Amino acid sequence: MKHLLLAATLSLTASAAFACETVTVGDLSVEHGWSKVTIGAGRPGVFYVSISNAGATDDALVGISTPAAGMPMLHETVLKDGVASMPHAMSIPVLAGQSVQLSPGGYHGMLMGLTAALKEGDSFPVTLSFEKAGEVTVNVEVLSVRAEGPDCADAEQ
Amino acid sequence: MAFMLGLGAYRTSNGPVLNADLPLSMSEMSWQLTDHRKRAVRSADWIGRSTMVFFGFTWCPDVCPTTLSDISGWLEELGPDADRLNIALISVDPDRDTPDVLAEYVANFDPRIAGLTGTPSQIAQAAEDFRVSYRKVPRDGDDYTMDHTAGVFLFYPDGRFASIIDFHEDRRFAVPKIRRALS
Ligand SMILES: [Cu+2]
Repeated sequence: MKHLLLAATLSLTASAAFACETVTVGDLSVEHGWSKVTIGAGRPGVFYVSISNAGATDDALVGISTPAAGMPMLHETVLKDGVASMPHAMSIPVLAGQSVQLSPGGYHGMLMGLTAALKEGDSFPVTLSFEKAGEVTVNVEVLSVRAEGPDCADAEQ
Repeated sequence: MAFMLGLGAYRTSNGPVLNADLPLSMSEMSWQLTDHRKRAVRSADWIGRSTMVFFGFTWCPDVCPTTLSDISGWLEELGPDADRLNIALISVDPDRDTPDVLAEYVANFDPRIAGLTGTPSQIAQAAEDFRVSYRKVPRDGDDYTMDHTAGVFLFYPDGRFASIIDFHEDRRFAVPKIRRALS
């Protein structure tokens, strides 16, 4: 059943513009959701996204969920004495008036237990849970393994 | 920097591997590994050309593909000079990264990048020679990930250690460092 659901999700993916949509919840806007191709379904996938907080109250990203993976988690890549590790991030601060990026080499969603291998051009939904603003779902675009982010006309990075 | 180079110059063969230690000269190394085409590669084979090498594993979703993408970009920028480099990813996860797995993985990046693996003790020897740390970190069930030294090591053609490109280092400094190792 889960496979069927994902297949249905993945098949409505012709457009490459998903990652460039901005969705909002309360004072937060979420955009540029993207992921990378995986070799097979055994390896974990990644999820990157930009979040900005236009409000006057601090918020925090506390979890993610997606039909594409059985065990999605928030991680932070940390370098200490040149050694990289990826501890679980319990909460990613989204401070008032500021923005935060989940991006290569920093915070990321770690998609463990993928339902299917992620292929270039696929897209899948990820629901982000914020401590105060609640939940919001973005469409995530799967880019090549060498990609550095989606190509959006309005991209400010 | 001169002080740190001094640190790398002596060691006891079974002593703890300290992160502050710098890699040995290629001529002092004694590792032997297998590449993604199942050919044996020894440290001595890399003397005579400049070398760019880093440690990682193919189950790594963030740091390793990012480093490989960076390297692929640097190679483009270097142009034909990049043909004068030995370039390799050495796996710290020999249980999962067989030569076939590495072959499938490196096919996604610049074809000049080789993947090297070996038995756990061969990997341990290579890590000791390069002064690299790695550690298996269990996750839920029987899943695990690896912590590992993330920099890119550069060596001169005579095998002497040249420099490290740190993971978060500004891209503008990387290519000049590689050019210096090529000279
Ligand atoms: Cu992770």
